[in-house]
Amino acid sequence: MFDKILIANRGEIACRVIKTARRMGITTVAIYSDADRNALHVEMADEAIHIGPPPANQSYIVIDKVMDAIKASGAQAVHPGYGFLSENPKFAQALDAAGVAFVGPPVKAIEAMGDKITSKKIAQEAGVNTVPGYMGLIGDADEAVKIAGEIGYPVMIKASAGGGGKGMRIAWTDDEAREGFQSSKNEAASSFGDDRIFIEKFVTQPRHIEIQVLCDQHGNAVYLHERECSIQRRNQKVVEEAPSPFLDEATRRAMGEQAVRLAQAVGYTSAGTVEFIVDGERNFYFLEMNTRLQVEHPVTEMITGVDLVEQMIRVANGEKLPFRQEDLTINGWAIENRLYAEDPYRNFLPSIGRLTRYRPPAEGAMGAGTVRNDTGVFEGGEISMYYDPMIAKLCTWAPTRAQAIETMRTALDAFEVEGIGHNLPFLSAVMDHPKFVSGDMTTAFIAEEWPDGFDGVALDDTALRRVAAAAAAMNRVAEIRRARISGTLDNHERKVGTEWMVEAQGERFEVATAADRQGTTVTFATGDAMRVEGDWTPGDRLARMMVDGAPLVLKVDKITQGFRLRTRGADLKVHVRTPRQAELAALMPEKVPPDTSKMLLCPMPGLIVKIDVEEGQEVQEGQALCTVEAMKMENILRAERRGTVAKINASAGDSLAVDDVIMEFE
Amino acid sequence: MKDILQELENRRGQARLGGGQKRLDVQHAKGKLTARERIDLLLDEGSFEEYDMFVAHRCTDFGMEQNRPYGDGVVTGWGTINGRMVYVFSQDFTVLGGSVSETHARKICKVMDMAVQNGAPVIGLNDSGGARIQEGVDSLAGYAEIFQRNVEASGVIPQISVIMGPCAGGAVYSPAMTDFIFMVKDSSYMFVTGPDVVKTVTNEQVTAEELGGALTHTRKSSVADGAFENDVEALAEVRRLVDFLPLNNREKPPVRPFFDDVERVETSLDTLIPESPNQPYDMKELITKVADEGDFYEIQEEFAKNIVTGFIRLEGQSVGVVANQPMVLAGVLDIDSSRKAARFVRFCDAFEIPILTLVDVPGFLPGTGQEFGGVIKHGAKLLFAYGEATVPKVTLITRKAYGGAYDVMASKHLRADVNYAWPTAQIAVMGAKGAAEIIHRADLGDPGKIAAHAQEYEERFANPFVAAERGFIDEVIQPRSTRRRVSRAFAMLRNKRRSMPWKKHDNIPL
Repeated sequence: MFDKILIANRGEIACRVIKTARRMGITTVAIYSDADRNALHVEMADEAIHIGPPPANQSYIVIDKVMDAIKASGAQAVHPGYGFLSENPKFAQALDAAGVAFVGPPVKAIEAMGDKITSKKIAQEAGVNTVPGYMGLIGDADEAVKIAGEIGYPVMIKASAGGGGKGMRIAWTDDEAREGFQSSKNEAASSFGDDRIFIEKFVTQPRHIEIQVLCDQHGNAVYLHERECSIQRRNQKVVEEAPSPFLDEATRRAMGEQAVRLAQAVGYTSAGTVEFIVDGERNFYFLEMNTRLQVEHPVTEMITGVDLVEQMIRVANGEKLPFRQEDLTINGWAIENRLYAEDPYRNFLPSIGRLTRYRPPAEGAMGAGTVRNDTGVFEGGEISMYYDPMIAKLCTWAPTRAQAIETMRTALDAFEVEGIGHNLPFLSAVMDHPKFVSGDMTTAFIAEEWPDGFDGVALDDTALRRVAAAAAAMNRVAEIRRARISGTLDNHERKVGTEWMVEAQGERFEVATAADRQGTTVTFATGDAMRVEGDWTPGDRLARMMVDGAPLVLKVDKITQGFRLRTRGADLKVHVRTPRQAELAALMPEKVPPDTSKMLLCPMPGLIVKIDVEEGQEVQEGQALCTVEAMKMENILRAERRGTVAKINASAGDSLAVDDVIMEFE
Repeated sequence: MKDILQELENRRGQARLGGGQKRLDVQHAKGKLTARERIDLLLDEGSFEEYDMFVAHRCTDFGMEQNRPYGDGVVTGWGTINGRMVYVFSQDFTVLGGSVSETHARKICKVMDMAVQNGAPVIGLNDSGGARIQEGVDSLAGYAEIFQRNVEASGVIPQISVIMGPCAGGAVYSPAMTDFIFMVKDSSYMFVTGPDVVKTVTNEQVTAEELGGALTHTRKSSVADGAFENDVEALAEVRRLVDFLPLNNREKPPVRPFFDDVERVETSLDTLIPESPNQPYDMKELITKVADEGDFYEIQEEFAKNIVTGFIRLEGQSVGVVANQPMVLAGVLDIDSSRKAARFVRFCDAFEIPILTLVDVPGFLPGTGQEFGGVIKHGAKLLFAYGEATVPKVTLITRKAYGGAYDVMASKHLRADVNYAWPTAQIAVMGAKGAAEIIHRADLGDPGKIAAHAQEYEERFANPFVAAERGFIDEVIQPRSTRRRVSRAFAMLRNKRRSMPWKKHDNIPL
């Protein structure tokens, strides 16, 4: 076995690889850029080597710098993680030349699968289902229309070098095909410098299901079943699970066997993933092969019990696979939720800054399942703008899918992240969505279910009453503590009452609290009662309770006369008042928040460097209005539409908080 | 007999109706609560003891004898907030516009006298059209009697003003002399002369809201210490503030049961100070991570944001916090921040509230604006306030402590009791580059040499150890252990006794 391995990556995947390598007794070497000096992977590794400035193209993906680090460390093997250099054949070549083991497939396999057209050809030859389409390059729009007609509409027009949705068009008619061809070609030329275009059948009700394969250097190859990754936002995977709720045994086996055939056809070794698109009739078509460890590999590990990183390292070391296909059964269900530093309330804009609070749920048993959290960050760490905004992968496993989902819901509720915008509420919303719960989803799930973006979750009546009961019980504890202050007038202490009006989500609940040693019984005016038990004390940011016999986990912040409570994707201001307070609060006018559509708000805390316009000036859409410096980056804020500047509230040199009004328009 | 008892109830009922149902409805329509409703929210339920319910004015001019409502436009008495005694007066706008007459003033003076004698705070809920013009000088005399009592009570009992409607003319000067002023957004304003007079005299066109609304006084003038959305929120937050304050100057600050570990370690504080000395960070994160339960009651949040002032609890006991805020103007001291912090420090000292000072200050703000504005004397206020404060003082330098500002921010030399520094502290006369340019003036033309000199200065002073060698820093502590170290320091100081030489009073540079 290798003595020393270098991980040519950062973040959670570097940490993930280090964990396994350490367990195997291999010394680990991390590499890091200036921005990652204090990063978790650097902290965890036995050794760490600095490789350059923050941008990845000056550090993590510069082959020479990584090679220098390998040489300096004396590592005998390199695990590339995912992204960065993981699928770069030149890197694999450089390692071969240096006599260092690449924990991944051979150069030839990377090359063969790296090009969409080549890989599809190979797949077809290996007897793998491919999407009906034209494999050759298409010369002009007329040819595009002709081919589209032969395949049958709808068709997808795609750039050969494409990815991330760029250079992709769907056409349902000849005209659209003509148009789509031209725009795809232009976009491909400008985005990738490669305007080769091909056309294929557009699959309806598509699901993204992929097969994990693992091959050794001795011709043994197995598949470790599938992962369903249909829940994506703009081609970015958000939720994955294994197995797929959609596949039957026959389809699973057919897909698995085809994936293995493809791997063997290119002489594949190590872990790889064959991606398929599956339509509503369970017809599946090869999409592409990822010649590396996937982000979502933990769900496969959780249902098969195989440590993929360990197997990759063993394969790279020339060992034989320790299992055969028939040994690999599916045990239970696993779900992964990707935690992104993206603000769902601001159209998933990346959010950067300091993690003032970062407390993932404890790994291990939770309810009927178990929790695993692959993370690369820590409380007090910095989320920088240089790298992927994914900061953790929260995974749950349980014997059944329903239990795995339920465990995930609780784990998300108990996951505390503050200081940056993040998608935890959105993930909670997905976990509670009936379509997800029933397993009925396509790759369009997010786009279809949240067409106007995400605006939080409204709790249903039952859930709301549970939260109201919990809030009443918590408020009682808080009020009793207040009354226990020193310096009270003897014999005239405040007596905390038992009747409360709870207001949340626009609903009012009249309740009475009766406490005993074990908990509080909260009786609603409607007559029904809920039992609230838990050890919450004032100041606790997380309340874990049993409400009406079922667990409820709340994130708690104090507000005037109540709490801000977050659970299941809902973010509620819950007021708990005495009947008299509630009666008077009802007299208070509803204040309408100012119309911000005619204001330029500061999008981040920063310093105004320059104001480019004057009061009374007419501005055009896209015109620069001012420059805000944040995190040493200058951000130019532009007019969203034509208008006239009515008032400027800030001047150069002012430092503003997020949402401060910089200027107002007429 | 029954009739006689009923008579009392009838009269009480009449008094409680204030200016009549119609006027009460108008008050509600304006988004305001009535004087008695406000008291209900301020005090513990059922604890209010009202006095002078049947007081009526004695004016006979301008037909006033025809209109002598009970209470005379103000409700007074005492009650409890979480079981602790407070006195309260609440002006009733529905009765003669809440205007201040001789008798109205006398009612207020009565509760103020009781408050001073019996050692409990006075909370004034202001909602008054101003002086009772029909009474002439009697009304003015009434105001002045209140003013004199504000002065005498200052430093003896906490005085809190909540402006919940108009407060104009001479009326502003009573709140102005109290310890804290809070306002209600959109329904309160304060000014010495109103928009009409302003228009006549200076030709400025301005609305009452712009001239003296809550935003003006919390952001621009600093007259108000905080503003709240509505009456309900304002009164709830005043209750919260009172929980931090002692009842009088002979009492220790209150202690509340707390549910937070004194030994709580915050590893994230180890990375609070950014790598680059020019990069800001949020000092409030440190404050909330040190405080019991993360609970921080900020005073003057919207004004001079380069310094942060407010109350926290450590081991259940109130502590005043003064902290430079690197997020705003790099945390520099200037006229506004010095005034803001000086007044806060003096409040804490007057009421035996220990002071925690968190320092990251690059110095005083340079410029003609500052010098012409008298930064010398305003800066001296903060220096003076710290120097005269005899309460327990614990200071922590997190990063920069440069020049005179180092001295000012509760340094050892101003008799702070325990002075801590994080390893990231830099205690020096100025930043390294500036220092190098002065010490090595001859090398000014050579950027390379200056850089080398700056490097040398930085190595010598960009750390807390030179100060620690001299005992100016008692101990260099790990950021993560700040809560424990600071809490223990205040615990050690619980019986601190220190007094200044006898004097009639000092002469702080005003």
